[in-house]
Amino acid sequence: MTPPKTTTPKKPWTRAAALRAYEQMMRIRVFEEHANDLYLSAKMPGLTHMYTGQEAVAVGICEHLTADDTITSTHRGHGHCVAKGAAYPEMFAELLGREAGYCRGKGGSMHIADQENGNLGANAIVGGSAGIATGSGFSAKARGNGDVSVCFFGEGALGQGLLFEVMNMAQLWKLPVIYVCENNMYNEYTHYSEVTAGEILGRPQAFGMRTAHVNGQDINEVHTTAKDLIDRARKGEGPAFMLCDTYRYHGHHVGDIARDYYRSKDEEEEWKSTRDPINLFTAWLTSNFKITEDDLASIEAQIRSEAEQAVDFALNAPYPDDSEVDQHVYA
Amino acid sequence: MSTPNVGTTETMTFAKAVNTALAEELRRDPTVFIMGEDVAEAGTPFKVLSGLVDEFGTERVIDTPISEAGFTGVGVGAAMTGMRPVVDIMFGDFLTLIMDQVVNQAAKIHYMSGGKLHVPLTIRTTLGATRRSAAQHSQSLHAWVSHIPGLKVALPSTPADAKGLMKAAIRDDNPVIIFEDKLSFQEKGEVPTSEDFVLPLGVADIKREGRDVTLIATSSMVQVALEAAKTLASDGIEAEVVDPRTTSPLDDATLIESAKKTGRCIVIDEGHRRYGASAEIAAVVSDGAFWWLDAPVRRLAAMDVPIPFAPNLEDLTVPTPADVVSEAVTLINP
Repeated sequence: MTPPKTTTPKKPWTRAAALRAYEQMMRIRVFEEHANDLYLSAKMPGLTHMYTGQEAVAVGICEHLTADDTITSTHRGHGHCVAKGAAYPEMFAELLGREAGYCRGKGGSMHIADQENGNLGANAIVGGSAGIATGSGFSAKARGNGDVSVCFFGEGALGQGLLFEVMNMAQLWKLPVIYVCENNMYNEYTHYSEVTAGEILGRPQAFGMRTAHVNGQDINEVHTTAKDLIDRARKGEGPAFMLCDTYRYHGHHVGDIARDYYRSKDEEEEWKSTRDPINLFTAWLTSNFKITEDDLASIEAQIRSEAEQAVDFALNAPYPDDSEVDQHVYA
Repeated sequence: MSTPNVGTTETMTFAKAVNTALAEELRRDPTVFIMGEDVAEAGTPFKVLSGLVDEFGTERVIDTPISEAGFTGVGVGAAMTGMRPVVDIMFGDFLTLIMDQVVNQAAKIHYMSGGKLHVPLTIRTTLGATRRSAAQHSQSLHAWVSHIPGLKVALPSTPADAKGLMKAAIRDDNPVIIFEDKLSFQEKGEVPTSEDFVLPLGVADIKREGRDVTLIATSSMVQVALEAAKTLASDGIEAEVVDPRTTSPLDDATLIESAKKTGRCIVIDEGHRRYGASAEIAAVVSDGAFWWLDAPVRRLAAMDVPIPFAPNLEDLTVPTPADVVSEAVTLINP
């Protein structure tokens, strides 16, 4: 679980880009706080899965992508959605099943998609989007436009055969797909080491695929490594597999509260206090740019205000009309 | 019969009709491509795709690894991002391997995205027993996918329908699964030569008109029903043979109308009887034509057993013309 030491260039960002990356990570953090509150106050139908703790992965990678590049996401997908450019009001509305949501309230948290920003959708089947991401890479290659496709999945998807079927094809056909494995260490309620044989990177390497292993809590490292992999995919040099060590702060889903039986409070506390991606980036930002904690606090305040307004908007937005129930079954 | 004014026709096999439809669509639309096991140089084990790779190259007629779920998933993703893939699943039995990509992904993406994303994907596969291929290469699983909202399911029974339905599937903005009867590939028929011969999905075809009994037959069972109708005619019984052509959408109105006219109806389908396509069709007709029916709607379907290898046993599992004749006679003269 110790990622190899890498040397991160001193300034992988311009000041503006770094502030934007901070803002995007904070945007995810604040979104999830509000989503959790909506669940706890019984205002949200169903369950949801928090991305909190993993922000550096989604943002570090998506900051390299344009709206024409695509991503596929997971049941733990709010972070990817925000990082790819989605707006708060439509996201909260979707979580609450309202017509103003990205999917008219018909998808919900686990199926949120934002086509205009290149998000082909969250997916509630573990590993289920690997084919879609690879097919999107196939389209990009067929069109020859240099677009890339990023497939986000958790280490739980390593148990799914589909992933290995499509990785084989992606490598065979040199498709511009980046397979991003976010190893948050728990397949739902089971430590991944109990259910994962061999070395994770040995699997893509068996296909001859380019691999990288990064500390997923360090956005500088994620961002720098992703750049190389994405650049070579755009140039037609083929797919890559990027393993990001990370941690989810919440349980498997918002209702997974009593979880001492599978991981300790000490472990959770250690990750939060010593490996928090936003704290680490805050320290780096303030020591490498003329940026103060106050500057960052005002960014956060702005985001919090947007979140309050968006939640208010979503709570007051109407559900879809009953007549919508059989619309969009067929195109 | 319900495709009048189609212009000039040419006699060709069912296989050639499928091949022609694909070639025309590949030529017409650069986003169309074919992907599957042994589709290129081999032209599939049934040689249905022979020659396509010579004209369109290996970038558009693509041999895949033996990874049905994987390449179906690639097809779904390509369809969502501007392509019109035709995914070739060599045997209908291999649907079992692709069900998540078809049922949880392709079928639901348009709906789950509130209508924003589209999956214009065609899956061509097979159905049908009596090829001595045993239990894992002989099933007719069209009912499985007909059960899922968001999917369309086409079952061509003639060379003309094979062309018209394939072209419709490729041009449709939804996932469409086409089942071709393996025993039909060498059957010949008149096929319209027009490149715009596209049949609507969801419109049944009356393959033979009659007044005494309606035989609703799908795919491989259409020829069985037509043969039975010939025998019945020699006994003075005029059977109407109705081919739904698609089980989803199902053309309820045409099926019900025919049953109302004749007052008797037998549904013949090669899927298993229990919970099969024949059950749904019989229910639709019973509901819609109840007051016009002189007898209960009957069903002939594959026996509820795995398809056996021994030829004598296999032949027992699938409805035959003699079964249809006997059922019709019993229905008319109880």
